[in-house]
Amino acid sequence: MSFRTRQSFIELAARARARALLDAGTFRELLGPFERLKSPWLALQGIVPQADDGVVVARGRIDGAGAVVLAIEGAYQGGSIGEVSGAKIAGALELALRDCERGVRVRPVLVLETGGVRLQEANLGLASIAEIHAAIVALRRHVPVIGVVAGVVGCFGGMALAAALCSCLIVTRQARLGMNGPEVIEQEAGIAELDSGDGQEIWSLMGGEQRVATGLADVLVEDDCTSIAAAVRRAFAGGAPPRSEAIELFRARLAAIDPQQPPTPAELRALWGREVAR
Amino acid sequence: MEQLKFSYPARSPVARRVHVGVVGSGDLEILLEPSADQQAHVTVTTSVAGFAVVWRHVLDRFFSRFDGAAAIEINDAGATPGVVLLRLEQAAEALRE
Repeated sequence: MSFRTRQSFIELAARARARALLDAGTFRELLGPFERLKSPWLALQGIVPQADDGVVVARGRIDGAGAVVLAIEGAYQGGSIGEVSGAKIAGALELALRDCERGVRVRPVLVLETGGVRLQEANLGLASIAEIHAAIVALRRHVPVIGVVAGVVGCFGGMALAAALCSCLIVTRQARLGMNGPEVIEQEAGIAELDSGDGQEIWSLMGGEQRVATGLADVLVEDDCTSIAAAVRRAFAGGAPPRSEAIELFRARLAAIDPQQPPTPAELRALWGREVAR
Repeated sequence: MEQLKFSYPARSPVARRVHVGVVGSGDLEILLEPSADQQAHVTVTTSVAGFAVVWRHVLDRFFSRFDGAAAIEINDAGATPGVVLLRLEQAAEALRE
């Protein structure tokens, strides 16, 4: 696709991303910035709060069916999940679950741009991430739960687990997905383990293309609003069981790897790429 | 972190609410809505303390062209004066749309 006709999804802020995924003209925000549902903890620690705590909850339609998009704003505190931002996501998923249980299907989409838990809110953020995990697992029995990791932040920590629990995970080449981020790995294990300034190395390990090639994400799309919106719609049509239900497959894969002799990214593709997880 | 408050005289009423921007590094968010009285009120929460005079200058310039009776909340993550003014103009433009 040419540069001219492409409209970058990555460059959009969370609110515009949610709007781009919903059917035109159906975007309706719940608990928007004027509700001023901010973090009560950040100001106490000298950090300027954002009026929506970095999460956009948008109701609307996807292919005419009721939908809820939960978009994390990566530019605010690294998309970190605190008590309020986490509760907004968990609460919206739980409401979607209640609707599904009453026979009203709501299509949930998570736009994940997050470093994981917000360290300033520690246990409260972790508790809300656990609620998000539980809600995804409960909800995906009724309706596919679709995750999108576009970039620039990527998706890490407890929210990478949330991404892994999704029924279908859509990523771009620019996306990164992993438990620990490169900076954390370098800080904890040293630069010999991973140089967080080496973009090529990082993307070869945890970039979107590698994650799809090794079966840890499902769909690789270009950074284009129309392409990503179309991939989300196709994902709702698919009914494959979620990857995280294939527990024995992943146990066997991990057991076959010697951590003392870790495979290169290319070797991992050869090992895991041939078998389809689902 | 520092909180600053400013008031300006206003002539025209503000009809609706506008939200622009993100509290990302070097950026800010603005929540603009009708004020309760016939004045404009600005509340700034900024990550960078000690720049009250610069904020005053930037807001003086903005309100030399904007006369809406708006309550404006600014949550700032170290935006430069140029970015602040651009975001304010963006909010004013969204108000006119």
